[in-house]
Amino acid sequence: MPVLCRDCYYWLDETPAKEHRPKRCSRCNSPRLIIHSELADLTLAHLDCDAFFASVEKRDNPELRDKPLIIGGGKRGVVSTACYLARLYGVRSAMPMYKALKACPKAVVIRPDLSKYRETGLKVRAMMQDLTPLVEPLSIDEAFLDLSGTEKLHGQYAAITLVKLAKNIETQIGISASIGLSYNKSMAKIASDLDKPRGFSVLGKSNTREFLHEQPLRMIWGVGKSLEQQLHRDGLRQIKDLLPLTEEELILKYGVIGKRLFSFARGEDGRSVTATSLTKSISNETTFNDDLGDFQALADILWSLCENVSTSMKKKNYAASTINLKLKTSDFRQISRSRKCFSPTQLAEELYQTTLPLLKELCNGQKFRLLGVGGSDLVSAEFADPPDLLDPAKEKRKKIEKALDAVRNKLGRESIIKGRSFRKRPSGSEPESD
Amino acid sequence: MKLTIERSALLKSLAHVQSVVERRNTIPILSNVLMEAKDGKLSLTATDMDLTIVDQVGATIVEAGATTAPAHTFYDIVRKLPDGSEVEVSANSETAQMTLKAGRSTFTLQTLPREDFPSSGMASLPQVFGVQVSELKNLIDRTRFAISTEETRYYLNGIYIHATEADGTAVLRAVATDGHRLARFEMPLPEGAESVPGVIVPRKTVNELRKLIDETNNPIEVSLSDTKIMFRFDSTVLSSKLIDGTFPDYQRVIPSGNDKSLVLDCKTFSSAVDRVSTISTEKSRAVKISIDGSTMTLSANSAENGSAVEVLEISYEGTALDIGFNSRYLLDIAQQIEGDSAEFLMADAASPTIVRDSADNSALYVLMPMRV
Repeated sequence: MPVLCRDCYYWLDETPAKEHRPKRCSRCNSPRLIIHSELADLTLAHLDCDAFFASVEKRDNPELRDKPLIIGGGKRGVVSTACYLARLYGVRSAMPMYKALKACPKAVVIRPDLSKYRETGLKVRAMMQDLTPLVEPLSIDEAFLDLSGTEKLHGQYAAITLVKLAKNIETQIGISASIGLSYNKSMAKIASDLDKPRGFSVLGKSNTREFLHEQPLRMIWGVGKSLEQQLHRDGLRQIKDLLPLTEEELILKYGVIGKRLFSFARGEDGRSVTATSLTKSISNETTFNDDLGDFQALADILWSLCENVSTSMKKKNYAASTINLKLKTSDFRQISRSRKCFSPTQLAEELYQTTLPLLKELCNGQKFRLLGVGGSDLVSAEFADPPDLLDPAKEKRKKIEKALDAVRNKLGRESIIKGRSFRKRPSGSEPESD
Repeated sequence: MKLTIERSALLKSLAHVQSVVERRNTIPILSNVLMEAKDGKLSLTATDMDLTIVDQVGATIVEAGATTAPAHTFYDIVRKLPDGSEVEVSANSETAQMTLKAGRSTFTLQTLPREDFPSSGMASLPQVFGVQVSELKNLIDRTRFAISTEETRYYLNGIYIHATEADGTAVLRAVATDGHRLARFEMPLPEGAESVPGVIVPRKTVNELRKLIDETNNPIEVSLSDTKIMFRFDSTVLSSKLIDGTFPDYQRVIPSGNDKSLVLDCKTFSSAVDRVSTISTEKSRAVKISIDGSTMTLSANSAENGSAVEVLEISYEGTALDIGFNSRYLLDIAQQIEGDSAEFLMADAASPTIVRDSADNSALYVLMPMRV
């Protein structure tokens, strides 16, 4: 069975029988050894940065290093990321901030600085892309990598390439990442989560099924709270409970996801790693400090969200053919409305004018805790905002927005604003990008 | 209710009404077709609440009565019955079932009571006039391709029809536009239509009407009010709500100062556009037109597909011009030009262009250029 040292990259093809297996690297004495029968054959990996936002903040401010750190914000905000110290107190991501602070009153809370995280995440991505063209980002801090066929190029097994990558991320970027190595995407993703932080787990064909048996159904991607409850009612608790059922039975009972339940229980996943994952929508939303029902107040926030969405579309060279409005009522009901536009657009004004009547219709006395705007059915920016026979003033509005953008690019976003964003906004309602 | 009817007569009548019924309905009764049998006639009604079609067909009525049954299923069954067969339809209100018998086949369908069916509201409307079927077909064909599907400007989702004057003669005018192109059609004002208000006829109504009038040669009686329009011909009545909105001032959109006039052979042009557009991408469909003297060069470029060029002979007096259009829109218009030659009136590469049939000025089209 091959063994690999994660610190000095020492590779040994044959290890002695289990009882005589070394606990430490025979060359550098590191305890971080990976031993797996398929280590030389597996090439598909999932890389996930550890407590990404918090790690970036700790890197940039060493004083925070030993303190429990929570990234998130606002009175009504939720925990976006908690560092591993804070997690010891029970703080979890997506936990409401007041609960998190109750669990860990000593925690330092920092508002997310998304542009900084983005920059760091892109550096990590670039390091992955140096190793293989097949990098499929899932978010800013995680991605799938397919290293098959790169062994000759790098002169080493994929496992060694990955171990070195993890080390390089630590030394060159200053944050840590965990890697899962397996034979397909689902299993690689699960593996990366097994040994966090600074982990490296291997799920080969030989040990996957046995490993899956005892795992909860929640582990299956797509199984949420309600499906899990439904499965529990049917007497299914662990992944092994799915094994006696046929694919047809699962599909008939649970719909399309039955197919995934069937293959996942067997550790199968036919998806391949694709480098270009297309952007499907661009959106922006915000949760308010206090529930809002007033149309004018909501409209003001809507405008700033439209500006944000427009800015990102312009930056990414996209235009949206459909515009979506999303609201969450104070009792957590989600309402969404969408409109197909005259033509693909990337103008903030167009986003605003399209969503405003939809918002007005919904402002009928109920209160909201969240407002969001998004564009979907994206096309390239070259098709954005063609002239409209019936609206000659559109060209003028388009020119005005272009001029505003030019000024803002030069002098900063707050340098020139529309009158409607001049009204005082309720505090704490700065939009958070998603 | 009990009756017998010839399969082909029933099929034809059902075909007339069933397409009004939406495939998905939240209100169950709207999935059904209403059948009323009396005085030697079977009357079929289908509605989506906005649009209602009533069709009558002769039948041997054994027992008068009425019921409603699922329209699409009923239609599918009759469609599959052998040609020439006699269909016996009987409904039992107590079991809420309808039975169809033809030859060796028997079908039973669930029914809903007649009382649940929305009243058709076929009351007569104040303005009444007649049109020839060929004129109505022209009116629809020349304009409907330009109807918008945009939700925000819902008032563009139909054909705007109104009585007006053009060059001193009274005309009935139809206009449709989606902001990219505009189509305008005129016909001599029919008698009785003098005080017709401006109305917007919804797209679905237009499409259903167009299908129905394909089968008739008789004049159509049109009647309307501010909110409703009705078309009556043969044994069919179509009644529809109108779109409640204000159609934009379309006259403003039609340019008057376009001085660059170009005449070309329409058939040659449209097949050339069709060929060249094979290259342009699905999303843009852009075709570039370069005009210089008596030649027009059509070209398309796409990073993925390659490029295409075709040269045409035209008659043009004016300075050289490069202009781009959506090939789909050009073809839509070219298809409506029945004469040999078409005339383009242009100003510049960024302003609306007028297109019309050189020999027929009943229709006029305005097309917004694309950046190329």
